[in-house]
Amino acid sequence: MMRLPPFEYLAPVSVADAAKLMAERGPAAMLVAGGTDLYPNMKRRQFEPEALVGLRGIRELAGVRGTAARGLTIGSGATLTAVARHAEVAGGYPALATAAGLVSTPQLRNSGTIGGNVCVDTRCNYYNQSHQWRKAVNFCMKKDGEICLVAPVSPRCWAVSSSDTAPVLWSLGATVTLVGPAGEREIPIAALYRDDGIAYLAKRPDEILTEIALPPADGLRSAYLKLRRRGSFDFPVLGVAVALTMDGATVARGRIVLGAVASLPREASEAGEMLAGQRLTPDLIDRVAARAARPSKPLDNTDLTHPYRKKMTRVFVARALRRLAGLPEHASGFGVEPTGQELA
Amino acid sequence: MSEKERFSVVGKSLPKIDAWAKVTGQTRFADDMTLPRMAHGKLLRSPHAHARIVRIDTTRARSLPGVYAVITGRDLPPVKFGILPVSQDEEALCVEKVRMVGDAVAPVAAVDEETAERAAEMIEVEYEPLRALMSIEDSLAHPEVRIHEYGDGPNVHKAVSLQFGDVEAALAGAHLVREDVFFFEGNTHLPMEQHSAVAHWGPDDKLTLWSSTQTPHYVHRLLGKILDVPQAHIRVIAAPVGGGFGGKLDPFAHEIAACKLSQLTGRPVKITLTREEVFYVHRGRHPVLMWIRTGFARDGAITGMHFRSWLDGGAYGSYGVASTFYTGALQTVTYKIPAYKFEGARVFTNKPPCGPKRGHGTPQPRFAMECQIDKAAEQLGLDPADMRRRNLAEPFTKTANHLTVTTIGLGECIDRVVEASGWREKRASLPPGRGIGIACSSYLTGAGTAIYWNDMPHSGVVVRADRSGGVSVLCGATDIGQGSDSILAYLAAEVLGIEPKDIRVHAADTDLTPVDLGSYSSRVTLMAGQAVIQAAERLRARIFEAVARKLEAPASALVGRDRRVFVADDPERGVSFPDAVVLGESMHGVLAVPGSYAPPKRAGKYKGGGVGPSPCYSYTACVVEVTVDRETGEVRPTEVWIAHDVGRALNPLLVEGQVEGSVYMGLGEVLMEEQVFRKGVHKIPSLLEYKSPTTLETPEIHTILVETDDPEGPFGAKEAGQGPLLPIIPAVVNAIHDAVGVRLDEIPVSPDKVLKGLELARQGKPARVGPERLPLLTFPAPRAVESAFGQPAENIAERPFST
Repeated sequence: MMRLPPFEYLAPVSVADAAKLMAERGPAAMLVAGGTDLYPNMKRRQFEPEALVGLRGIRELAGVRGTAARGLTIGSGATLTAVARHAEVAGGYPALATAAGLVSTPQLRNSGTIGGNVCVDTRCNYYNQSHQWRKAVNFCMKKDGEICLVAPVSPRCWAVSSSDTAPVLWSLGATVTLVGPAGEREIPIAALYRDDGIAYLAKRPDEILTEIALPPADGLRSAYLKLRRRGSFDFPVLGVAVALTMDGATVARGRIVLGAVASLPREASEAGEMLAGQRLTPDLIDRVAARAARPSKPLDNTDLTHPYRKKMTRVFVARALRRLAGLPEHASGFGVEPTGQELA
Repeated sequence: MSEKERFSVVGKSLPKIDAWAKVTGQTRFADDMTLPRMAHGKLLRSPHAHARIVRIDTTRARSLPGVYAVITGRDLPPVKFGILPVSQDEEALCVEKVRMVGDAVAPVAAVDEETAERAAEMIEVEYEPLRALMSIEDSLAHPEVRIHEYGDGPNVHKAVSLQFGDVEAALAGAHLVREDVFFFEGNTHLPMEQHSAVAHWGPDDKLTLWSSTQTPHYVHRLLGKILDVPQAHIRVIAAPVGGGFGGKLDPFAHEIAACKLSQLTGRPVKITLTREEVFYVHRGRHPVLMWIRTGFARDGAITGMHFRSWLDGGAYGSYGVASTFYTGALQTVTYKIPAYKFEGARVFTNKPPCGPKRGHGTPQPRFAMECQIDKAAEQLGLDPADMRRRNLAEPFTKTANHLTVTTIGLGECIDRVVEASGWREKRASLPPGRGIGIACSSYLTGAGTAIYWNDMPHSGVVVRADRSGGVSVLCGATDIGQGSDSILAYLAAEVLGIEPKDIRVHAADTDLTPVDLGSYSSRVTLMAGQAVIQAAERLRARIFEAVARKLEAPASALVGRDRRVFVADDPERGVSFPDAVVLGESMHGVLAVPGSYAPPKRAGKYKGGGVGPSPCYSYTACVVEVTVDRETGEVRPTEVWIAHDVGRALNPLLVEGQVEGSVYMGLGEVLMEEQVFRKGVHKIPSLLEYKSPTTLETPEIHTILVETDDPEGPFGAKEAGQGPLLPIIPAVVNAIHDAVGVRLDEIPVSPDKVLKGLELARQGKPARVGPERLPLLTFPAPRAVESAFGQPAENIAERPFST
């Protein structure tokens, strides 16, 4: 079988200690929580840390506080299962419960954390391969190589943001707390991401994401649709998160955030703005969906073809909006649910 | 006597004899084995699709602490081998050239797997890259680049052409002639267990190999040649196999390397492949491009068929010559086809070699043929179920290509799935976006010829009993999860009148068990089954003889049942089975009796006639209902009705398991799975990205078993392990057409292809998605053989070892 490379495992019991260890060890150290993504990546030598700073023993990271009515604070160490099943999450922020519940498999959701999913490494089918495999294609710039194999003339890496929960949290206007040796800061989750497949997080390596805060869910309607081949296991190859703050039957504010079509969650801002002050008519939904697909620019580095993923952006945005409008989800009146949705 | 009364074990849904060990995790697979002082091996594999090896330097690797040995191909005898005598083109470790990414070059044995892996990375290999040929078109377009020096043309491994009767005349007389082109993408077996081998070259200079193999006998034979060691000094034991499906049918580099490393280090050596390596080892489904031209009468009867196939073989021969013939062999056994012509070619490419996967070479043509029939039915205005039903092949006749068919339960299979699925109502009433499709198929119950020419049994069994009352069955057959050990126990128990639990099965050990050719071609239940019945009947005769003397009754009046031997019409007069064995052992001495089986000799007398014959053929009909999302192109099979003519269900539970497993595998092949390459390397060699369905994608499956009591089968049984996969693929594709009017002449059916078809329809163009071009390859002149269509099955003159 594939074996892990040797590494040192450090087990701090407080966030402060963990941050200190990260600062001391520098770039040779990595954080690990559930480890469901990190360990397989280490087996493939995508990561070769000398030390891992484990977050599992830090009690303050676990748990969910608050209520949907007043706002919710989710510890980064909460497992995806815990988030998916939490009554306040499911009641106030159903898109988040859906997204957390659609990550990978039940077993991995029992181990994987929301913090891990928010920070999950970008993916690319030239990169998520064994060292031997990558050697056969002469490696890519994200690890051990010089160029991007998806877009060889491009100066940057185009690995894909593959988090299910990140676009949802972005659409909900979540903030995250980062704790580092220099102290603590709270930033909008939108500011956590960078449009670069390698340096995809605007977080210093010695900063630890400790909490995710959600604003009150008053008048909120939210949905998340995920495109993937199978009802389990698969990462998203398109995610559509829609959050609407309703004022009666009118949308006060709408946010549409696309997942897995860029190196970061991509907000379809113009489309979102089109919703403000409007009622959700089928006609509006069609126009908004068409506009929302514009910033969707997938490349050929995941499952399913990229023109197809682009085409599905419009369909999925329309379906998410129709669901939130209480309309039949399929414009054509028949069809199957997108794979995996029945699990929501 | 009713069927139920006739049997005491056969026909009962019993758990497998190894079920408890499997479900409680106590089965010891090869990778679970640990021997004292055991070393762990790792293979350095080629990162190039095609390259000359200039230099290999193992110095640094050998100097790493914890490394016991590092070898290269130079440490092995300079022989090439291959599973088929006609394709001796493999080296366990490449010496001069690598032909694919993943070709084995140099293995390491070390104290642990981590050290072996590090050492393998320290081996320095200098390559001179050669042009990689990654498709049939590539390989034919570059005759100046040669993957191998042998074959039927530059990079053409094999080209065959057979003609049975006057096909052109048959087509000329047809009401409708259809010409269609189809493509079936390659896919792989995906067994849960990765290949693993433990070799121990003992202090007695004899070799023992435990391996997850489907064919310990073939591995045994070839190891002798490859290692240049007398076969008498080699023992091969098949460890419990965690799924085979054809992927564990060749001798592999890791097995050979483990043996050699064990010899050199004096330690047992274990090598377990990673999942990625399993994708490189492959030997799976060939990508096949097909052209099919068929004549149909007004009522749908087939007047003649001309079939061409181009197989993308990958880097080595493997079973490829057989695969090539199989793409043309079984078209004729389902429906009447009076005249038939087949041309096929297998082309080498720099990819993992293809070979046998469940259905070996026949799912591809079955997909093409059953989809074409669906199109013809539409054109002729016929119901596709009725059209098939009317034109079934005749039982106990020969086909155009000289295959002898015995019982055919296909008519009942069609009737049952049509009835159960509500076919007629649904054809008329399903709303747009939902559709229903039908397809049929047939498969061999065991290959009629061995892969090497010989007059010996294909399957051998020894049944022994002793004064303990215990019975052992010794047989070379390999249980790969299909339950063959259980079948051996059931059949022996049935004959002897005891319970399966009273029997211990010792299988697949070349030292202890008589030869069985292996678990492939759906041969084990029939062949090992007939052998165990013969052996058990001989044992029973000896025991009855002794009991008869004791009871003073004629042996012919005795029966064995309920662990007793007694006078049939006076059940009180009898002895317990253990007492009966004591009487038998007292009279005859040691009770260990052999049974042997070889198929009836009736292969067609033409070159290539050895591929296709079988003692009997199973038949399957399948109806699938699908829902197609017109916006996303997603296809969801919602319900499957499948009827399988299994001759007799020796254990209905196991047969249903085989049928359901086949359905699941077929759904993966038609909707998701593809072994595809990019930049010379397998694009997605992982369980995460090579998409195979999960339980969530598996629809409700209604399995119907049809029994025809075939005279060739053990208690009438035919195969169940492969045939039921075949009709799933075309049935799904035909159902998609019924749902949205799109013809998918290419699989897998990804959602973008469905959308492409719908878009074509919107543009008013033919809604067909499939291959547009055929390779430029001239087939040899056909070997013309008279069609044997409709001739009665002859009384078989030669039936070896039957008495």
